[in-house]
Amino acid sequence: MTPLPKPKFAMYWAASCGGCEIAVLNTNEKILDVDANFDVVFWPVAMDAKYKDVEAMEDGSILLTLFNGGIRNDENERIAKLLRKKSKILVAFGSCANEGCIPGLANLSDSREIVHTAFNTITTDNPHEIYPMTSYDVPEGEIHIPKLLPVLKTLDQVVDVDYYMPGCPPESAQIAAVIDLVVQVVQGKAELPPKGSVIGAGNSTVCDECKRTRNVKTIKTFNRIWGIASDPSLCLLEQGIPCNGPATRSGCKARCPKAGAQCIGCYGPAEGVVDYGARLISAFASVLDAKEPEQIDRILDGLVDPTGQFYRFNLAGSLLKAGVPAWKAESTHKKEQA
Amino acid sequence: MTESFEPTIIGFTCNWCSYRAADLAGTARIKYPPNVRLIRLMCSGRLDPTFVFKALANGADGVMITGCHPGECHYIEQNYKALRRFQLMRRTLQGFGIEPARIRLVWASAAEGARFASEVSSFIEEVRALGPLHWGKNNTIPTPSTETTIKEEVPA
Amino acid sequence: MTENLIENTSPADSQERIGVYVCHCGTNIAGVVDVVQVAKWAAEHLKHRGVVIAREYKFMCSSLGQELIEKDIKELGLNRVIVAACSPHLHEKTFRTACANAGLNPFLCEMVSIREQVSWVHNDKVAATEKAKAVISGGVERVRHHVPLEPIVVPINPATLIVGGGIAGIQSALEIADAGFHVYLVEREPSIGGHMAQFDKTFPTLDCAACILTPKMVSVGSHPNITLLTWSEVEKVDGYVGNFTVTVRKKARKIDEEACTGCGICQEKCPKKVIDNVYEAGVAYRKAIYTPFAQAVPNRPVIDVPNCTYYEKGTCKACEIFCAPKAIRFDQQDEILTIEVGNIILATGYDLFDARRMTNYGYGRLPNVFTSLEIERLTNAAGPTNGSVVLRDGKTAPKTVGIIHCVGSRDKNFNNYCSVICCMQSLKFAHLIHERTGATIYNFYIDIRAAFKDYDEFYQRVLEEGTLFVRGKVAEISDVPRMESEKGKLIIQVEDTLVGKQRRIPVDMVILSAGLEPRKDSKEVAKTFGISCSANGWFIEKHPKLDPIATMTEGIFIAGCAQGPKDIPASVAQGAAAAARVLGRIEQKQMALEPVRASVIEEKCSGCRICNGLCPFNAITFHEDRMVTEINPALCQGCGTCVAACPAGAITGTGFSNDQIMAQIEGLLMLNLEPEAVTA
Repeated sequence: MTPLPKPKFAMYWAASCGGCEIAVLNTNEKILDVDANFDVVFWPVAMDAKYKDVEAMEDGSILLTLFNGGIRNDENERIAKLLRKKSKILVAFGSCANEGCIPGLANLSDSREIVHTAFNTITTDNPHEIYPMTSYDVPEGEIHIPKLLPVLKTLDQVVDVDYYMPGCPPESAQIAAVIDLVVQVVQGKAELPPKGSVIGAGNSTVCDECKRTRNVKTIKTFNRIWGIASDPSLCLLEQGIPCNGPATRSGCKARCPKAGAQCIGCYGPAEGVVDYGARLISAFASVLDAKEPEQIDRILDGLVDPTGQFYRFNLAGSLLKAGVPAWKAESTHKKEQA
Repeated sequence: MTESFEPTIIGFTCNWCSYRAADLAGTARIKYPPNVRLIRLMCSGRLDPTFVFKALANGADGVMITGCHPGECHYIEQNYKALRRFQLMRRTLQGFGIEPARIRLVWASAAEGARFASEVSSFIEEVRALGPLHWGKNNTIPTPSTETTIKEEVPA
Repeated sequence: MTENLIENTSPADSQERIGVYVCHCGTNIAGVVDVVQVAKWAAEHLKHRGVVIAREYKFMCSSLGQELIEKDIKELGLNRVIVAACSPHLHEKTFRTACANAGLNPFLCEMVSIREQVSWVHNDKVAATEKAKAVISGGVERVRHHVPLEPIVVPINPATLIVGGGIAGIQSALEIADAGFHVYLVEREPSIGGHMAQFDKTFPTLDCAACILTPKMVSVGSHPNITLLTWSEVEKVDGYVGNFTVTVRKKARKIDEEACTGCGICQEKCPKKVIDNVYEAGVAYRKAIYTPFAQAVPNRPVIDVPNCTYYEKGTCKACEIFCAPKAIRFDQQDEILTIEVGNIILATGYDLFDARRMTNYGYGRLPNVFTSLEIERLTNAAGPTNGSVVLRDGKTAPKTVGIIHCVGSRDKNFNNYCSVICCMQSLKFAHLIHERTGATIYNFYIDIRAAFKDYDEFYQRVLEEGTLFVRGKVAEISDVPRMESEKGKLIIQVEDTLVGKQRRIPVDMVILSAGLEPRKDSKEVAKTFGISCSANGWFIEKHPKLDPIATMTEGIFIAGCAQGPKDIPASVAQGAAAAARVLGRIEQKQMALEPVRASVIEEKCSGCRICNGLCPFNAITFHEDRMVTEINPALCQGCGTCVAACPAGAITGTGFSNDQIMAQIEGLLMLNLEPEAVTA
């Protein structure tokens, strides 16, 4: 009796830093479970395979694809759509795919300016103002490089996503737990959660896992983490250090507060929350200890860069998705093309 | 920013003071431009920044938040929370490149129908001058087929 | 992670069956908004969002209009209703009741205003019609997310707390007690009676204040249904309508009230004199052990501890020595009582405007400038001068008196409002002083406010008595003479506006009709009881025209000057009105509360405690053991502040949920329309 073929597994990186891949490798021996239970068919960091190999696969033949990275250019989009077609279960893996993460911060700028800056920074000499072209004729034919999209998109803004695994990166222990779950499902011993669920994360927020003491909150001033000698046993927010923990999904065991640093929100919003930044704006503002507009302003002056504070990881996945320059460029660009 | 730009404003009113002020403007037949569409909340303290961002992202050019005067909140002091959220929201929106003048906070008691109407009118004009926000009507995201290169030629 | 609530549902999938009713309101709406077009539009373009019928009708609030809705609910199986008409503040209840009559949960009905907020405020008919469509679209999207709600029913404790033993509080107490229900009357002074007990005569009848007040005070003191707690203050209020738990501090009188017979020897023998700034308005002394006045109820003294020699030096004890029943208890401590009541009436009265603040009038600096309350004490037969009106020297009767109206009232520098009673009070003084001294009386006024029964007749009488009226706001009262005739007098400098000249009028005595102000601690008191004060500090009523004695907080009522300056008949009427309202509640034994409430989803709550400090109604409690927050639905007033603040989105609010409002935004911006149908 020939054994049943192992289900297929793929992992792809779009606009990302590679940290998610490292996190997967950090599951140590668990990676052997992946190898034991799956046929890894496409994983650019770990094995050699070509896009045409994926194109040749049957639709839905890859059981599980972990897709990390944001959709920044048309190659990312093309492969996202390709992998969606070829995969049964597509998981938005890591903060970039879920909500844009750091690459998503580029959405605050005009994409053409991004290119301009990248090729003309203080450390780059570009006297002839050479910029990349997306297509170029060479004797052998026409060559292409991917086109930058006007804004970075999250995975579910381009394809239908089955599950979401948040984190920058997702905690290795959580990845291990998810691998275990999927193996169990393949073996018929467990059920998958409902489609669209967030997996590999908790059901509450970071405060649930944080051991610091909490009192009724008032914020009299915002402090930088290096600005005060903080009490390690007391809630950081109460000490004026803007900790995003109350709005951030749990699952990381409150790693950063445990180490003395504020949560910056890499695990994304809590269940059912539509705009992460809005929750923090509302929460922080509600407990400011001030009633007059000038007093409020004074306290808020201590919160440097609110856009960064509240949308560091989830700008692309927020309601506004991008800043005016990105949208304006889009509409003027469309006019130029017309 | 053509002559014919009609801004769309979403306004949030509180059930006890500012909604009644809007009603009073109506009862007194005070006229103001039709660009504002009002939503009734129980209290300005219910104002979730999510609503403001939602409105801006879905086609509104400006958002007006109204409530009871400080010290007169039906629920004692919840309008102070609205004030604080408003100020932090405005700062955050600035980082997005959205002009702070696109959201306005107005305190109006139930007796201030005329004032409500004049605030609405002046806000509409202010937003008209700023121009449309164009966030993408119907929440569409631009399609990926746009070019992003600046120069087409590679010098010799 | 989709944030758009508009899914692509086909009419067959839509479980909502929505009826849209557009009211003409005669021509009020139909004159500007093309209601026929709007209804047709809704039926056509919102069909895919669940609208099964859209009607327009001349008067939706009429019984025929309501029947339309009821019929459609029954015959078309509607499960949501939108009425586009006037303000929900007028008819929300009407249409909710209509739905309930047809068997539909009343909270599945939503009203949107296209009258006050569209047809009455816009001239452009085309734009108004388009806006009406947007408003209805918003309502339709919102109502899809409505869920059936049941009011919360709470029992009503038949006991009542009344705070403040002035005439309003006394009236309330007697009405409720006479009806057979128990009343706790808490008064901060040693005796009930309030400001009215200080007066000599009351306008316009010139009844003796004490004569008409003391029988009521005695009734209160001896009523089997009234627990009288004087020399006491409310410290804390917990709970909600029907179920308040009130903590009262019964301050130590240092007297055994049971043993004391009220004979008054202790006061006679006490050697320590103290200026009585409360009852005697500072014009007389009392002792360190005292009852405020002879007809005090209860007739039991208190010891003024800060001014008592025994507490200061450990000596004296004259009261103890002379007390026959041995009722003095120097070691007595304050008692903390906890009482349970169903309703609370606040009748805490007013404070007099501090005339010292008007330095140009010289009160406190020039001896013969008096305030109204000081004059009440002088004219009072039981007062320090036995009713003789004399100057500060205690013996000289004035020959000329100037009475100044509007001191601290109708004044942008102090209080902008009118204090209602000062004109009548000034006229009363004019009459009484002239009667007793034959003095020439001047009244300096801005307007004469004599609006109620027999008031103007009293004014005419005072005119006929020869009182001189000067219309002008007094600029200054000075004791610096400019000519011989002014020596030794107080000179009133005033612009006589009817003559158009400045005048200097020398008088012997000046009376300042000082205005009424809220109690100094009215804001703290309001906070204790969970009600609001206006910017001026008066307690805010539920509706200034139609509900002056209720507050926005269920179960807390206000009566008398605490709600705003008023005369005695109005205070009595309000006291009785508050009592009637309370009696109605008690009679019903239970009460249905609006189910607009917040609640915490425990699994989502991580115990961050950000919401904990946000509730002025103390509805939010934190459980340390489970590290989660809980909201008491009966205390919650439904403002939604905590719903908006929760960073984890763990608090939901019925009645104004996130889904409802987000959907309404989408509807107002017309995102719900199929592409071809997008209008403005």
